[in-house]
Amino acid sequence: MASARTPLKKVPIHLQSAQLRVFIKGGRIVNDDQSFTADVYIEDGVIKQIGNNLVVPGGSRIIEAKGKFIIPGGLDTCTHFEQTCYGTVSPDDFYSGTRAAIAGGTTTVIDFVVPEVNQSLLDAYKRCRESADAKVCCDYLLQVCLTDWNDKVSQEMEVLVKDNGINSFHVFMANVGDQRAFPESVMYQVLKRCRQLGALLTVHAENGCLIEEKTKEVISHGIAGPEGHVLSRPEEAEAEAVYRAIALASMVNAPVYISKVMSRMSADVIHEQRRKGKVVFGEVIPAALAADGSQYFNRSWRHAAGFVMSPPLRLDSTTPEYLTDLLANDDLQVTGSDHCTFDANQKAIGKDDFRKIPVGANGTEDRLSVVWEKSVVSGKMDINRFVAVTSATAAKIFNVYPRKGRIAVGSDADVVIWDPNSTRTISASSQQQKTDFNIFEGLTCRGAPSVVINGGCVSVDEDGLHVTQGGGRFIPAVSGSEFVYGRIREREKLNKPSRVVREPYSGPALSYTSNGTLESVKVVSPLPGTEKGEEFHNRVTRSGGRNLQDSSFSLSGAQIDDNVPQRAGMKVSQPPGGKSSSIW
Amino acid sequence: MASQSTKLLIKGGRIVNEDQSFIADVLIENGVISDIGQDLGVSNEAQVIDATGKLVIPGGIDTHTHLQMPFMGTVSVDDFYTGTRAALAGGTTMIIDFVVPSKGESLLVAYDRWRQWADPKVCCDYSLHVCVTWWSEQVKSEMEILAKDKGVNSFKMFMAYKDTLMLEDSALYFAFEQSKRVGAIAQVHAENGSIIAEKVKELIDAGVTGPEGHLQSRPESVEAEATHRAITIAEQTNCPLYVVHVMSKSAADLVSQAQRKGLVVFGEPIAASLGTTGAHYFDKCWRHAAGHVMSPPLRDDHTTPGYLMDLLASGDLHLTGTDNCTFNANQKALGKNDFSKIPNGVNGVEDRMSVIWEKGVVTGKMDACRFVAVTSSTAAKVFNIYPQKGRVAVGSDADVVIWNPDRTRVISAKTHHQACDFNIFEGMECHGVPFYVIARGQIVRDPHGVRVVAGSGRFVPNPPYAEIAYSRIRRRDQINKPRKVEREPYKGEAITINNNDNASNNNV
Repeated sequence: MASARTPLKKVPIHLQSAQLRVFIKGGRIVNDDQSFTADVYIEDGVIKQIGNNLVVPGGSRIIEAKGKFIIPGGLDTCTHFEQTCYGTVSPDDFYSGTRAAIAGGTTTVIDFVVPEVNQSLLDAYKRCRESADAKVCCDYLLQVCLTDWNDKVSQEMEVLVKDNGINSFHVFMANVGDQRAFPESVMYQVLKRCRQLGALLTVHAENGCLIEEKTKEVISHGIAGPEGHVLSRPEEAEAEAVYRAIALASMVNAPVYISKVMSRMSADVIHEQRRKGKVVFGEVIPAALAADGSQYFNRSWRHAAGFVMSPPLRLDSTTPEYLTDLLANDDLQVTGSDHCTFDANQKAIGKDDFRKIPVGANGTEDRLSVVWEKSVVSGKMDINRFVAVTSATAAKIFNVYPRKGRIAVGSDADVVIWDPNSTRTISASSQQQKTDFNIFEGLTCRGAPSVVINGGCVSVDEDGLHVTQGGGRFIPAVSGSEFVYGRIREREKLNKPSRVVREPYSGPALSYTSNGTLESVKVVSPLPGTEKGEEFHNRVTRSGGRNLQDSSFSLSGAQIDDNVPQRAGMKVSQPPGGKSSSIW
Repeated sequence: MASQSTKLLIKGGRIVNEDQSFIADVLIENGVISDIGQDLGVSNEAQVIDATGKLVIPGGIDTHTHLQMPFMGTVSVDDFYTGTRAALAGGTTMIIDFVVPSKGESLLVAYDRWRQWADPKVCCDYSLHVCVTWWSEQVKSEMEILAKDKGVNSFKMFMAYKDTLMLEDSALYFAFEQSKRVGAIAQVHAENGSIIAEKVKELIDAGVTGPEGHLQSRPESVEAEATHRAITIAEQTNCPLYVVHVMSKSAADLVSQAQRKGLVVFGEPIAASLGTTGAHYFDKCWRHAAGHVMSPPLRDDHTTPGYLMDLLASGDLHLTGTDNCTFNANQKALGKNDFSKIPNGVNGVEDRMSVIWEKGVVTGKMDACRFVAVTSSTAAKVFNIYPQKGRVAVGSDADVVIWNPDRTRVISAKTHHQACDFNIFEGMECHGVPFYVIARGQIVRDPHGVRVVAGSGRFVPNPPYAEIAYSRIRRRDQINKPRKVEREPYKGEAITINNNDNASNNNV
């Protein structure tokens, strides 16, 4: 056995397979802070050298990148592979999904663990890992969706964060597909728990009640087609929930991440709150940058249903441009695809009722090209910002920077050679995504990946796409990302509740009797044992004397007046018995 | 004094760049950072600094100083020696000063004059902005020479100081257009000079002659109006704009709105506007009130400093300067009977880093990475010298500050290194002080004191076409060409205008 391994090591490096040694010549390296022209040498899945006139071992595969950009591989913050919705499963699984991602220049995805109702988070996590590990072609991270709140969930969150490489949790504030809305009353506890663990809570922000009512209204008007989807989920419902999420988070001093910012109103809310110093991040999906809600009114049912996603695309046709402006300007920070595809026959579950149309659309393959076309080609952002919104910022938020999201020595060799001169027209007929529809159909993008290096292996080149099933890895995300928690930790030191030390109030005070009616004015003496303060003490003995034997102390902390509503005092302007303003 | 070739090893500190922080050693050789890594070997000749528990940050870049500036009949007391020395003492290792030619003077002549003043005296590296105070074909061609050959990539235009420095709107338009053509950034001092001139007269007539008149003659809306006008002109010329000393909430809001509309606008709050307010103009002590006189003035809305810091933290404002232009009591007294004659300017070049740390990081508004971005990295990008400056990385200049977040210092005119006899931050306690300051590989400040050499700093040329501004601008030029519609010529009836201005019908 030992002798079988030795020869491998003895093979001189220039005779070993060149597959894992790649030398990129003459390209312009683009990071989120600067760009410069230099060569890149990659070995064993890691960027080993960057510079000019590099000495590289013979036998390396040389890739000419003159006139092209060398950018960090994309990090897609939001994919839903193998997602179940209304009993049907998205055709893009971890294999075909990550394969499509790589084809489009994305080399890391963040997917979601979706536990069933009452299922243990850890079980769901393990099952998701098993399914994904065997299939993924590129590296991936996971977020865990929370569906309920109890002590077990709280403990499992800790185990996930400490031992299982999870640093973000997701909640739905409204029902989406099979996902039930997270109970609003315990959002506060969840945010607090996340802060304790150094994890980030990502929220799907829509107001569930509002949507429910609106849906009834729309149905009562006899609207059953996909246009009902957008009519029943108005912009206001989204913006309100965004505001609420941020408010709750800031009360707890926790960071919050808004998944899928789809409307001008909610983008404005995020922008305003960021200016006030709230730690909030906004994610935009390429669909929102390239399409608007008019699609839902398309005469073809299949076409309109293909766009059904939550929150929906907006009717305001200026939304895509506006979101691009804010993305360019760092009012919104990252892009994810929210990739969750369904074929026509699956969408047709809801052919007579928009409420049953499986929710989701494609994007993981198209994201980089669409963002490039809409923001760089349009002059709204420069290429450094493009790198920031497609990989670097996400890597910082999810704490895998600079391993991902940067072209630097020591970073993972997830590298895309981006050709700004090639054009690619997106179409369902030529895509790698495993679905029969593409929401960007016919969009010509003037920029596409010409080579994709994924974990040190050339996955896309002029010969096409080469991926290995199971070739990707799970990337454990460490909690307490500096980018997210740096300010939070500093504020924790500052924002302690302040308490004023006062003399106890000893003037006249009203109080409630046990049956809830107001008692007349009396002076509450601060001293125990006086006859007026008797309700604070033990019941009288059978003979009517004061009970000095039994202790009124209770282990549970229960007080004798727990049944009386708490009320510190009440100002009465016209007390029974007349007002007295002078000292008598 | 250690020789240039001395090696310096900073051990155990936490390196903070704008994008991340990590614990590593830094090796400095020949004025450049030559290695960064874990447990770097110590050779015998290397001097070792233990930075355990401290932050290793890029030296500050003060984007806005007026050292040795002839202004309002006198010259600011911090010259290029004392000013840069004070800068180094506070953790700033590079300043960008302004060449201010008088009306009619050649920009090149003024530039040479400033270089001659600065080169023998500066203790840290410096660059220059050039002000455009008048307009002619000569100015236009000199701007091109400055950008191409002289290392100037920013031109500042005054919208205030009527009759001395102010440019009219048409000249502003030309200056913006030319800045854009040569790949430079247009900067503006945004205040409506004409309104101010009228306001000053009104106040003097009303008998308000003290420093409080300075504030009242330059209300917030006057700053906001000019900021909006500058943004409009920048939009029309498709020129990147840089608003210097953003002093008020309303101006900051305009800068932030403009960016949301996609304009390339940078906003620079200064240490003074982040650290103090205009309430001081109403102080009973004339010297105290006059010590705060600067333009635009500090705002008496006491929520302003916190608001500007919020915007700086959230990325709506970008970089920080000081507008350091100090005058002693006797100089300020030129205006003892008329506030409009008080020389404008305050200190800050030494205090900036500590004030921003105190008001930004200690309050939890920004993290250490953002602190680095607003005090150096973004400035280095805008002035196109990144990553030579503004980053702790292999190959960057060894302008490094070892920052001690646990020590405190109380700012006072008695102990500061600035040459003037007054400090607007008097008594402010700052949690966070420079422990060591290293400029071009030389230790210029250590716990024992400040050691600098006049003339040891160098002029840093700023190349044109900074990527952070111009890559978007260039793309937009390609897109936003004027559109023309091809039409059939109009053949119907048309009136013609006679010489005597009477319209009459005319058959075709």
